Amino acid sequence: MSRILVIAFQVVLFILISPLLSGLITKIKNNLRMRKGQSVFQPYYNLAKLFSKGEVVSETASWIFKATPFVVFASMLAAALLIPMFIFAAPGRSMGDFLSLVFIFSLGRFFLALAALDAGSSFGGMGSSREMFISSLAEPALCLVIFSVSLQFGSTDISAFSAPHAISAACVFSAVALLFVVIAETSRVPVDNQETHLELTMIHEAMVLEYSGRSLALIELSSYIKQMIWFFILAQIIFPISLPVFTGLGEATAWIFWYLSRIAIVVFIVALIEISVAKMRLFRVADFLGFAFVLGVIAVVCANLGV
Amino acid sequence: MNSINFNLLFDPLSLFFLFVILIVSLPSAVYSCGYLKGEYSSAKIALAWLLLAAFILAMVLVVSVSNVFVFLVAWEIMSLVSYFLVIFDSKHERSVQAGMIYIVMTHIGTAFLLAAFLIMYKYAHSFDFFAIKNACQIMPHQTKNIVFFFLLIGFGTKAGIVPLHIWLPYAHPQAPSHISSIMSGVMIKTAIYGIIRFVIFILGVNSSWWGVVVVVVALISCLVGVIYALMEHDIKRLLAYHSVENIGIILLGVGLAMLFTSLGLPYLAVFSLIAGLYHLINHAIFKGLLFLCAGSVYKATGTRDMEKLGGLIKKMPQTAFCFLLGAMAISALPPLNGFVSEWLTLQAFFLGAFKVSGGLKLFLGISAGLLALTGGLAAACFVKAFGIIFLAEPRSHHATDAKEVSISMKAGMFFLSGLAVIFGLAAVPIMKLLAKVAGAAEGIDTGLMSFSLNNFVLSPQAAKGVYLSPPGIALTLVIFGLMSFAAYRAFNRERPVTYKTWGCGYYKLGPRNEYTATAFSKPFRIAFSFFLLPYRKTQKIRESFYHVKSFSYETHTTPVFRKFVYYPLLALVLKSAKFMRRMQPGSIHLYLAYIFLTVLMLIMFMGKF
Repeated sequence: MSRILVIAFQVVLFILISPLLSGLITKIKNNLRMRKGQSVFQPYYNLAKLFSKGEVVSETASWIFKATPFVVFASMLAAALLIPMFIFAAPGRSMGDFLSLVFIFSLGRFFLALAALDAGSSFGGMGSSREMFISSLAEPALCLVIFSVSLQFGSTDISAFSAPHAISAACVFSAVALLFVVIAETSRVPVDNQETHLELTMIHEAMVLEYSGRSLALIELSSYIKQMIWFFILAQIIFPISLPVFTGLGEATAWIFWYLSRIAIVVFIVALIEISVAKMRLFRVADFLGFAFVLGVIAVVCANLGV
Repeated sequence: MNSINFNLLFDPLSLFFLFVILIVSLPSAVYSCGYLKGEYSSAKIALAWLLLAAFILAMVLVVSVSNVFVFLVAWEIMSLVSYFLVIFDSKHERSVQAGMIYIVMTHIGTAFLLAAFLIMYKYAHSFDFFAIKNACQIMPHQTKNIVFFFLLIGFGTKAGIVPLHIWLPYAHPQAPSHISSIMSGVMIKTAIYGIIRFVIFILGVNSSWWGVVVVVVALISCLVGVIYALMEHDIKRLLAYHSVENIGIILLGVGLAMLFTSLGLPYLAVFSLIAGLYHLINHAIFKGLLFLCAGSVYKATGTRDMEKLGGLIKKMPQTAFCFLLGAMAISALPPLNGFVSEWLTLQAFFLGAFKVSGGLKLFLGISAGLLALTGGLAAACFVKAFGIIFLAEPRSHHATDAKEVSISMKAGMFFLSGLAVIFGLAAVPIMKLLAKVAGAAEGIDTGLMSFSLNNFVLSPQAAKGVYLSPPGIALTLVIFGLMSFAAYRAFNRERPVTYKTWGCGYYKLGPRNEYTATAFSKPFRIAFSFFLLPYRKTQKIRESFYHVKSFSYETHTTPVFRKFVYYPLLALVLKSAKFMRRMQPGSIHLYLAYIFLTVLMLIMFMGKF
């Protein structure tokens, strides 16, 4: 029973912290550009506003449109259970591995892409088509990353590479390839831009354009959770640390702090990338992800050589 | 010559394929009650039932005979009956043409099979499977390689592997839908049966490059199939191209099994074959389901062109639901069946990589990456298919007037939808059953091996194994889904307002403003333009120099295999036939000379034996 309580506590904590990452990225970007910028808590204010607002649903939309926020949210939370959380090892470890995490993500994406087509606006179609395009091209690179990671740690289990390990060349190449994939998956510059609603460039935003109110809040929250999961996995490959033996509250707090500060480093890297490059044309993304694939191949070669 | 026995063979492999055949044929037969009514005359309906029965019987025979000769006869009956089913709508020009391509290709395949079987007969002096199996052990290496290639080409033609897939996207869509579902779901699987039975079971794999060849061919099939499917707007042809892709995924499992057998890794070989067989039965289920749904859409709207459909989820909610389940299964979304088998296939690559060395490791890695690409593209394709056919507003009167189909058709679809869910959730017991089948096919005792998704360990480095629990994932999804719904309701009880779709201030949005299938697949068309070679035709019709009355725009992709392989080949055949025609000038004296020469040569040849 206490285990379930701890898991529930962790999940809630995870959900609560996840919007902070986006707030941090925006803050870092603004500060680096010598602006004051909005508060790091802005994503929370936005969510609170959306949750209390009314909702408009297109008259063309079917049940797919209405069910999608719940499917997306549930799949992101299910994915969150697969990774090692703050105190315990991954609570849903017996449920699936790194590969199933990818498949669960694609469940959410599938429904989001369908919902985008549901309202019958061409913005939605555009977003849906582009999202599926980018995500399908990201897939091979991601698969190679998982492949090289599993070669190094003997298993596709996420807890396996959460064990302490020396940083090898294979790790570095996997991490860089994964960084490319994560940028594409979390709709960050240079693949997508979360801050714009320009019809020529938007991808993720175009998909959720018809959503409003609570449904939009759920979808936004889901993308924050997804982003945190990806950042965590990335952090785990570059800065591996051992899972602590849970002995007291002090250690648990220290561990949570450590857990979050590694993610903060990834946040900083992503923010740096966001301000230093321009958004790419859609068809350049194929090259971008092709490069990630090549990095993945190099990672596999390195893992093969044991360096 | 030994007498030919008609004994039937019911070993686990045959039983498995019998199960696959019957589990798809049953709902398709039920479905056909409603489907045929009103579409054809009563005489034609009777003919359809007769052909259906003959077709199923021929397939049952193919997988259960134990004699090469009888196998070939059953194989031919299966091909011929399916040919008649392809040209069932013979009033359409396209059906007859599709039938022509099909019958030619399938006989090229049979010719290769015949050659392979004759070579085997030369060593075994018997047509019996087991006699041949024994004889294959003494067969020289070189001969074995030739037999392997002949079998691969022969069965590959029926399976629809690239570049022998050319008939499949024509023939499958032209048949009535319940037949398409059996052809795509089951008939092409008999070719996989052939490969497992004759290459793995009888011939025995002894060179590791056989497995590599099969894996490479399978990967090409996967990618080419899915890329063509993305470009397709005819729903049944889109599904047919996905069959090419999925046969590729099944063959990946089979090819890996061959590779691992030859490397002396029995556990992995069995594991890979389980993955292949699991995907085989899953594909039979969801492809059968999708073809039935496509048939319902065709029956209700009278068109197969996706660009004319739309909004059917409101007119045909049950069909839409079944199609959605099928689309999710084929896109490998958890917790449905396609997810489990695709996961297993990927896992076979990953686990294999621990045991093989050097270049083969990299080969497995890149292959797994390409398989993942296939999965991503398939998901994109089914977002397109479901989104354009069922969502948004109807794009033509065909879709506006659609009505939900009859109860017998729905029964067939719901039966297969249920199976898609069950085969996803009950993964562990099914794997255990499949282990027996795979073990029997490869002659490996699986008694001591344990196949479970719970903590299975294969690599030496891993302290802990890998877990997968589809019911666990399903349960979690349901719980979190309900919780989020509860939270949604708790925050605010206000009901959503229904209003028009936002159109940048333009309030007369109609079906013509919706995204189309062509537009959806445009990024893919551009990204894969090196292979698809797209071109466009534009035409302006002018009233005067200044005023364009109408503008037509067409975009096409070049059928690479037809243009660069089959047309030149066909031209060559026609050219040589023209040349050979000189032999027939019509003179009786010359013909007598031919007969004399033939007799002379036969006498000389007979002397040789």
